[in-house]
Amino acid sequence: MAGAEVTDIAVVGGGPAGLSAALAARQTGAEVVVVDENSAPGGQLRKQIHKFFGSKEHHAGQRGFRIAEELAAACRDRGVELWTDALAYGIFDHTLGIVRRGTAFTLTARAIVLATGASENALAFPGWTLPGVMGAGAAQTFINLHRVLPGRRVLMVGAGNVGLIVSYQLLQAGAEVLGVVEAAPRIGGYAVHAAKIRRAGVPIWTRHTVLRADGRGQLEEVTIAALDENGRPIPGSERAFAVDMLCLAVGLTPLTELAWQAGCRFEYSALLGGHVPLHSEDMETTVPGLFVAGDVAGVEEASTALEEGRLAGLAAAAYAGHGSPALEKEKAAARERLLALRSGPFGSGRRHAYEEIVRGWLRWSGAR
Amino acid sequence: MNDDDVIICRCEEVTKGDIRRAIRSGATTFKAVKKFTRAGMGLCQGRTCRRLILQILAQETGQTPGQLAPGSYRPPTRPVPLAALKGEES
Repeated sequence: MAGAEVTDIAVVGGGPAGLSAALAARQTGAEVVVVDENSAPGGQLRKQIHKFFGSKEHHAGQRGFRIAEELAAACRDRGVELWTDALAYGIFDHTLGIVRRGTAFTLTARAIVLATGASENALAFPGWTLPGVMGAGAAQTFINLHRVLPGRRVLMVGAGNVGLIVSYQLLQAGAEVLGVVEAAPRIGGYAVHAAKIRRAGVPIWTRHTVLRADGRGQLEEVTIAALDENGRPIPGSERAFAVDMLCLAVGLTPLTELAWQAGCRFEYSALLGGHVPLHSEDMETTVPGLFVAGDVAGVEEASTALEEGRLAGLAAAAYAGHGSPALEKEKAAARERLLALRSGPFGSGRRHAYEEIVRGWLRWSGAR
Repeated sequence: MNDDDVIICRCEEVTKGDIRRAIRSGATTFKAVKKFTRAGMGLCQGRTCRRLILQILAQETGQTPGQLAPGSYRPPTRPVPLAALKGEES
């Protein structure tokens, strides 16, 4: 071990939640370090080439990668330390074990914000391990970050926002998208995203599933089938497509390894993507001084990640001794904005799920 | 290809059949399946297969994924060169 670093606030993960948390904490005068395993900060924003919608506070009309650049620039301007290529491999009380460029050291902080995001779900069917079958997010990394087109003829599984957006971006990158396969009876993503790919001639098959993928050494053919009301494939409805790429956009799971290691209590929420650390209205987990923000606290969107980050950053700063009445007001404002983001047909279910997690934290807190 | 032949844990090449057999032999928790079959013990430490294994466990034992404990998590969260931990240049 080479060295032991110390700071007020350590943030693990430099996506929208982490950078937002860092900026908020830094504004109180706290010393802040962001640890990110990637070569540049921004997280998933870096590969979002489409314009965001929503409100001005959440960068509506801006492309995701520009938002990442702005957040990172603001962090640098205000004296947040951004450590890229830095892996937080473990958490030991208030100390993170870090490996950066081949060297291990520790980072001890008064408060820690985990903003580690989420990972893509897999789907197991015969042939899913063939080269050419990959997560939609992985395909998006290929085309938008590395400028590599990993396949020319593509089928997409999942008509949520990720599946719809990545389908469109694959078209933009020059691939042929033969269709989107969705097991649910209706499209899960926003209508605007669905309309965009439909206008480009891409069919969306709801109540359909992938039966299998075939190929010698790499993907050559995918067979899909229609599903009956009980979710069983209808015999005789099989259709085969010659493709060299099959993208899976079947949901995300919060990346909670560090929260488990730290001893946080969890609750399962199917809507939020799986096991989620119980947290307070201030995003504090059941481990004092350990906060969560963004997808690790329940899979939602970039806008909610920004607000949760802000809330967690402010609360972490207060925990570290940088609190003030003004800060309390700002936290209340962030909570209000989160409430507004979790409204409407898409948001109210998430609001309910989120409130369950906070209720779980309150039960734990009351029983303590 | 038979459904039992579908690979669930890619790192350790554990199939759905291996996992089902383990569960039917009494390995009815994620932890037990892992110890029995090595599923989830490879390079990715279960980041891809954990959820799939929990789904199979839920089906086989008649529980929901929320009722199942997802097993333990230990450092390192990613593969780390031992040389780095020893303080040598890797």
